[in-house]
Amino acid sequence: MSAIRAARNAGYTGIPRWVLAVAVVAAALIVLPLVAIIARVDWPRFLPLVTSPESLDALGLSLRTSTASTFLCLVLGVPLALVLARSQFRGQRLLRALVLLPLVLPPVVGGLALLYTFGRQGLLGSTLSVLGIQIAFSTAAVVIAQTFVALPFLVVSLEGALRTAGSRYEAVAATLGARPWTVLRRVTLPLVLPGLASGAVLSFARSLGEFGATLTFAGSLQGVTRTLPLEIYLQREADPDAAVALSLVLLLVAVTVVAIAYRSPQRGAA
Amino acid sequence: MTFSVEAKIRDRDFDVQLAVAPGETVAVMGPNGAGKSSLLGVIAGLLKPDSGSAESNGRTLFRLDGGTHRWEPPHRRGTVLLAQEPLLFPHLSALENAAFAPRSAGVPAAKAREVAGQWLAAVDMADLAGRKPGELSGGQAQRVAVARALAADPDLLLLDEPLAALDITSAPLLRRLLKKVLAGRRAIIVTHDVLDALMLADRVVILDAGRIVEAGPVREVLGQPRSRFAAGLSGVNFVTGTLTTSGVRAPDGFEFHGHQDLAAATETGADGVAVFPPSAVSVFLEPAHGSPRNSFPVTVAHLEPHGDQIRVRAAGGHQLAADVTPQATAELGLVPGMRVYFVVKAGAVSVYPA
Repeated sequence: MSAIRAARNAGYTGIPRWVLAVAVVAAALIVLPLVAIIARVDWPRFLPLVTSPESLDALGLSLRTSTASTFLCLVLGVPLALVLARSQFRGQRLLRALVLLPLVLPPVVGGLALLYTFGRQGLLGSTLSVLGIQIAFSTAAVVIAQTFVALPFLVVSLEGALRTAGSRYEAVAATLGARPWTVLRRVTLPLVLPGLASGAVLSFARSLGEFGATLTFAGSLQGVTRTLPLEIYLQREADPDAAVALSLVLLLVAVTVVAIAYRSPQRGAA
Repeated sequence: MTFSVEAKIRDRDFDVQLAVAPGETVAVMGPNGAGKSSLLGVIAGLLKPDSGSAESNGRTLFRLDGGTHRWEPPHRRGTVLLAQEPLLFPHLSALENAAFAPRSAGVPAAKAREVAGQWLAAVDMADLAGRKPGELSGGQAQRVAVARALAADPDLLLLDEPLAALDITSAPLLRRLLKKVLAGRRAIIVTHDVLDALMLADRVVILDAGRIVEAGPVREVLGQPRSRFAAGLSGVNFVTGTLTTSGVRAPDGFEFHGHQDLAAATETGADGVAVFPPSAVSVFLEPAHGSPRNSFPVTVAHLEPHGDQIRVRAAGGHQLAADVTPQATAELGLVPGMRVYFVVKAGAVSVYPA
């Protein structure tokens, strides 16, 4: 036991050398493209490019819609994660699998599915248009598309945290006289706060990067549905330098998000 | 106003009835998997039995019989659970933990903190009120858990092996504390330690395979055990069989001569037990003669240290044990597998109906 601990401290890892070599290739596959795009940035024109009216419209829209969809993910995803983690019912496994579907579904397929749900001829869309509500090709559609693809991140992250925390603290809280709402507010949610925070951050990042479902379901109208990824795709042909500059903005946001997401669990554990 | 519960759980073959008087502390003991924690779970409302009912101070906690289906949730039962691990809420300070129950009951924050402070003082934890659970030792955390449980002012306190996870120095401290706070309080304590039962409980209930096999005042159950588990707790040899004129005849035909403790005449042929301490058993290489003595051949199964004696355990169904001095062990050359004779005076064997 102590010898094994000593071996660990001395740095014995038991990983074959060729595995390390492959790992280096894998890391390079991720890091090299990032370096490449940074190298391609036209620095003298960087500021004018990212502050053009089109760019600012797109950036503002992206931040607003991503914030809204992250909020929606929290409001809808926390109850869903609680139900999946804490209760038992028929079809639970199926529901969990279906909730994960947007993670693996091509976003463009998700966009089509949303179109046939909320579009004018869609499942709910016809009812909504009778009420005078038009969702497809509006900013609301952007938020719905982002929520659709980002919700699984929050649910998976939170459900994992809930399962790790276990229900023993909740049982003790209940026997101490706490009503279910009090238990949720004062025990459950504080216990899983790190998981909730990283789930929310991941949802925000996924919303910010959403492209396929947005384009299919919401279109690309400047200031209304043209988010930053759509603007980048559009500029790629017209002005590659602008596309690269805007890409760097998204990259910086992504780096910030990852930094936050990876720091919060450790802070929670300390 | 008593507390009473009866519950059946088919899957676990659990069928228990228990009543606890006001101010009474009942110890629940039994082998692993006997259903001790299930019992607490059912009472606390964390485990739903198939049928049964429970009442506390005239209030129905649950009634699951035929047509009626009443099931009060845990937070409306007044039964607080104190587990083996403290399970203090890690994001709250010791004081906020102790104030949790009053706060949940709607007591204003300032008043709840005052109550919590008083309970922390009662468990000698007032100095560390501001600490987070992560900054407390196991014993300190369990003391805060006791304060948190008592601050709820429970009708019935449920303790599930509260000392089992503590180290050898903190356990006696907390046991003394529990003795102080359990006095005059209605509680059920599940424990593996006979010392807990002796010190903390008025009555002991022995649970085995989901049934209560023995119940009574702690001294009585330990003094005259009627189950193998209770006999094991008090560390005596325990033989079951049928009563004869002079003792108990075991199923294998061997008769243990002894003296009847009870004045009441008991008919021969009824179920009976013979009980004698290992210290009353001598070990010989040859059968010992002369009445009134019991002398029976056994095979030594193993030897183990027991205080300043050596405990010789015999193989076979009766699980007999004898305590001999290390010197005698050496002189007799006792080793596992050896055939020897266990000899015990009839006067040292207590016989009573099962």
